[in-house]
Parts: sequence; structure tokens; C-alpha cells
Amino acid sequence: MTIQEILIPAPREITTEPRRSDKVFRGVVTAGGLSSLLLLGLIALFLGYRGFEVLRQEGIGFITHSDWSISTDDAGNVVESHFGLAAMLVGTILCSLVAVVIALPVSVFCALFLNFYSPGWLKKIMVTVIDMMAAFPSILFGIWGFLVLMPSVEYWAKLLHRYLGFIPVFDMQVRVFTRSPFVAGVVLSIMIIPIITSVSREIFSQAPLDRIQAAYALGATRWAMIKAVVIPHGRSGVIGGAMLGLGRAMGETVAVFTVLNIVFQINWQMLLGAGGNVASLIILKFGDASPYEIKALMAAGLVLFLLTLVVNGLANFIVKTTGKSGR
Amino acid sequence: MSTAVEAVPTKPWKASTRERATDCAIFLVSIISSYTVVAVTPMKGKLAYFALFFIAYAILTSVFRATQRGSAAAKDALVNSLVAIGAIVTVIPAASILATVLAKGLPGISFGLFRHDMALATPTDPLSNGGLLHAITGTLTLVLIALILSVPIGILTALYLTEIKGRFTGPIRFLVQAMSGVPSIVAGLFILSAILYPITKAYSGLMGSLALTILMIPTIARTSEEVLNLIPNELREAGTALGGTQWRTVVMIVLPAAKSGLVTAIILGVARIAGETAPILLLTGGGDRVNPSAFNGPMGSLPYYIWKSFNAGSPESITRAWAGLLVLVGLVLILFTSARFLSSRKAAK
Repeated sequence: MTIQEILIPAPREITTEPRRSDKVFRGVVTAGGLSSLLLLGLIALFLGYRGFEVLRQEGIGFITHSDWSISTDDAGNVVESHFGLAAMLVGTILCSLVAVVIALPVSVFCALFLNFYSPGWLKKIMVTVIDMMAAFPSILFGIWGFLVLMPSVEYWAKLLHRYLGFIPVFDMQVRVFTRSPFVAGVVLSIMIIPIITSVSREIFSQAPLDRIQAAYALGATRWAMIKAVVIPHGRSGVIGGAMLGLGRAMGETVAVFTVLNIVFQINWQMLLGAGGNVASLIILKFGDASPYEIKALMAAGLVLFLLTLVVNGLANFIVKTTGKSGR
Repeated sequence: MSTAVEAVPTKPWKASTRERATDCAIFLVSIISSYTVVAVTPMKGKLAYFALFFIAYAILTSVFRATQRGSAAAKDALVNSLVAIGAIVTVIPAASILATVLAKGLPGISFGLFRHDMALATPTDPLSNGGLLHAITGTLTLVLIALILSVPIGILTALYLTEIKGRFTGPIRFLVQAMSGVPSIVAGLFILSAILYPITKAYSGLMGSLALTILMIPTIARTSEEVLNLIPNELREAGTALGGTQWRTVVMIVLPAAKSGLVTAIILGVARIAGETAPILLLTGGGDRVNPSAFNGPMGSLPYYIWKSFNAGSPESITRAWAGLLVLVGLVLILFTSARFLSSRKAAK
């Protein structure tokens, strides 16, 4: 009896309870993971907190009026202030829409070229170049756009106005072509082409190979195959990619500020040299802003933040529901 | 004797001499027609040549195919041209940007540029005065601090998404993606409102680094997540089967296996923030002398230097801006190439 007790040790307690080191590890990693949630929350919270005073005073007028003025007396107290973002919001939307309208067809054709037309070596080079473009700093696009691209784009704008002026979007009363939303849109389109191209390329490359081969086997030309197989497969993914580009274009600051003439007036004519951009407004007014105006800028930042968040969230959702590994 | 029939392999997909000749002919005719149209009509400029050449080429090939093989082949030929235009239009800006930066930046590069700061010079001085030493050291300091702060958070986030896969995986993945779309100026405003105004009340390099950290975390987290997902699950199972706890498995097996991929992720993150301008303008104060301390005093940096020189507007200062851009682009390209090199070496294994 006693001998057996000594020989057979008591069964070890089996548990699925993680050890303390693992608990600590999981805690640390979870905390790190949750930091992004925390950061986004804090951004909204702090911008809202700082901008609250202005938002309350201006109410809905903050996004429907378009005058931005502040006057102070000698002691620095605010006498009168009007803050309205309408012109800037219209400008932001106009510039980024121009950018997406230009960039989308170019990127889609480029992605088709990379996936179905290009020889392997060329594809490798072009993918590297396009990824590299996505890593270029925005100030580079801004200065290049201002000094190199703008003269050409102005000339294109004049052509558009002369030959297509009967279409409302190309119409204008005052013939000032310099630093227009169109110029900013072209610069932005060059910045977002790499993004839309790489998203579309990824989506297109996931097109089912068996159907592609089936289409070819039935005698389809390359275009017929693309129309029948690739485009139905990738359509919504491409739309998601375009919205990612739209989000990037809306938040772009320095490149737009360099090429755009900021005017506090709602302007829907994209060839006219007067536009607006929320992000550029912040850079423009920040330098000599009084504390109260800074609060208005914070509120503007909050509006921009929420706008890009919605566009990006929607874009990611669309990309994710189509492709497996949407970017 | 049976005559041996020699089977000669044919290549029916290869273009015959005649087809190639017609292709060349169409090409030449389109070039000639673009030149003549530019010469005759008031349309002028490089773009006109380019556009007219492509229009002529597209029309000619489609018409030719239509006469030979019908409308489906014509559409195919048209799309061929469109796709080629798309590819060329995508690459031209990159080539133009690189060529411009090289052409305009090289005259401004001199040895003295890397030895002096702008403490005793203004952007409009002759190029022999001053330099961008303060900008280079400043950018390196900013990036270094941002690295120290963002690498742990970014990699922990990626580990949460791949190793723990807890309750918050979906929301966190979504939020990280949303965070990568946060405009850089908003990150700058956030640091301004949350830290600079209430706590430090002074511009410094640290503030800039904090904003850069916010921009860098999503890049690192997303790339690392992709890398960690590629690590085969067998490795994790082997680690656990050997009696390792999860934390030892991750630290001693998963992370070393993913090392080069993680380095790529970090390098891509640095390339993303090195040229970030908007938050730098809001937060660092942009000093003109070398500032060894990130915690007090304004800190210069390459984007700020470029911005200031560009806005000064004189020919000398614009050359300075281009020289600064060349240095910055060189830095980004070196980082980018090394990231490519590392990840391609991993893929080749």
C-alpha cells in the first residue's frame, strides 16, 4: 500500500490556464494593439475639445458659411469673428474629385497593362517605379508641380476652356487660369495614381485563372476576356481603391498649398484660379493665428479628420469585401 | 520504304514578317501624321505630338484590324493602345520628377553644404554661405525618436492581429487601416492640442517626432502583419509542442523568422515619414542651427529647410530648395531600395 503510493506520483494537474508569463505577454500585446484605438479616439477627443468653443458659437454655419475673418482690439481680445469652412470644403471636394477622375482611368489601364499585357521584366521595373512614387514626399510633388507641371497644365486648361467651354464644368467668366483647382487636381492625381494602381493590380491579379483560360479557350480576344472576367471580378475593388485615393487627396496639405490659390469664396469652376482646401487653410492661417483662431483651426482639423475617416473606412470596407488581401 | 514525314514545329502565334511590316508601317504613319498635324494646325507643344501620335496609332490599328478580322479585333487593338497610354502616363511623372530633381539639385550640392548650418546665413545668400547640416541632423533626430516610439507599438499591434487574434482583431485591423488615412496635418494638430499647448508650451523636435509616430504606426503595423502572416503555422506549433509558452514561441521563433520582413516594414515606415512636411511645419519651430537636443529649442529638418527656402523665392533659395529635395529624395530612395532588397532576398529563399 505505502510502496504503491510512493511509486505512482499523483497525476499532474492539467490546465488550459496560461502561465503568468503568457498572461503578461498577452496583456502587453493587447495593450499595444489597442493603442491605435486609443490614439484615434484621443485625436477626435482633443480636436473636438479645443474646437468646441468655436463650433458652439458658429453652429452649423461652420460648414455652410464661407467667410473666415477675425478682428481683435489692441489688447488681443476677439471683437468679432466669422469662421466658415464651406468654401474650403467645396474646394477640397472639387480638387480631389478632379484628381480621382483623372487618376482612375489611367490607373486602371496601367493595372491592366501590368497584369495582362506587360512582359515580366517590364512589369518588375514598373511595379518598383510605382511603389517608389508612392514613397516620394509630398513637398516634392508640390514644388515639382509648381515649377515644372503648372505651365503645361495651365495650357491644357486653356485648351479645355476654348474647345470644351460649352460644358458647364469647363466654363468660367473671369479668365484666370493660374493656380486653379484643376492644377491642384492634376498634381493630386499624380500622387494618387500609384495608390489606385497598386490596389487595382492586386485585385486584378486575384481574378480566377480558370475563367481567364476558359475565356481564351472560347476564342476571346484579350479585351473580351478582360471585359467578361476581370472587370466584373474587380469592379468594386477598383472603386474601393479609388476611394482610398480620394481620402489621400482630401488630406493632402503641402502639395495643394503650393499650387493652389486659396480664396474664401465658394467656387465650383475648376479652371478658375481660386480654390480652397481645408488642410491648406490650416497651414495658411496657422502662422499668425490668435489663440481663438487656432481653436477654429482645430475645429477645421476635426472636420477634415472625420471626412477622411469616413471615406477611408468606406474604401477599406469595399476593398475588403472584394479581395482577400485588400490594402 | 516508308517516307518519314518530318514534323517541323510551327509557331502559329508568332507574327509573320508581313504582320510585322504592317505594324511598323502603322507606327511610322502615325508619327508622320502627328508631325504634320502639329505643323499644319495651331496645336503646339510636346503633349500635342504625344497625344496625336497615340490617337493616330489607335485609329489606324483599329481600322486595320477591323478590315482584317472584324469588330472584336478592332476593339482589342483600341484597348491595347489605351492600356499602353495608361502605363506611359503613369511612369512619365516619376521620370520627370527624378530628372528635374537631379538637374536642378545637383548645381546646389557642394561639400560645404554638409558641413555648415544656416545659423549665420539666410536662404537668399549666395550658395557658398550656410548649408543643411542642421536639417540633416534634425531629420535624423526626428526619425530616430519616431522609430523608438513607433516600432514597439506597430509590431505589438501586428502581433496582436496575428498571434493573439483576440476579440478586438476585427476592429483593430479596421482602425489601423483608418489610421493610415489620417491626414498628416491632423496628426500635427492633435499633438499641438494635446501636448504642445497644455504641457510643453514650446516648439521642439520631440513634438514633431510624436506626430511622425502617429503617421508611422499604421505603416509598420500593416506591413508587419502581412509578414507575420507568411510565417508558417508549423513553426508556431513546433514551438508550442516543445513546451514553449506562447511568449517564448513568439519571441524566440516567430520574430526571428520574420526578422528581415520586419526590418522592411520599419524601413518603409521611415521612408513614409522622412519627407513629411505639414506636421513639421506646425510643431518643430524650424531652427537654423544644429540643435543636439530634441527636447528643447526649435529643431530644423529637411522638409522645413526646403519649405523655407522655396518660399523665400530668390533664385539662390530655390536652388537651395532643390538641393535639399535632392538630398531628401536620395535618402528616401536609399531606404526604399534597401527595403526592396531585403524583402526580395527573403522571397528568393
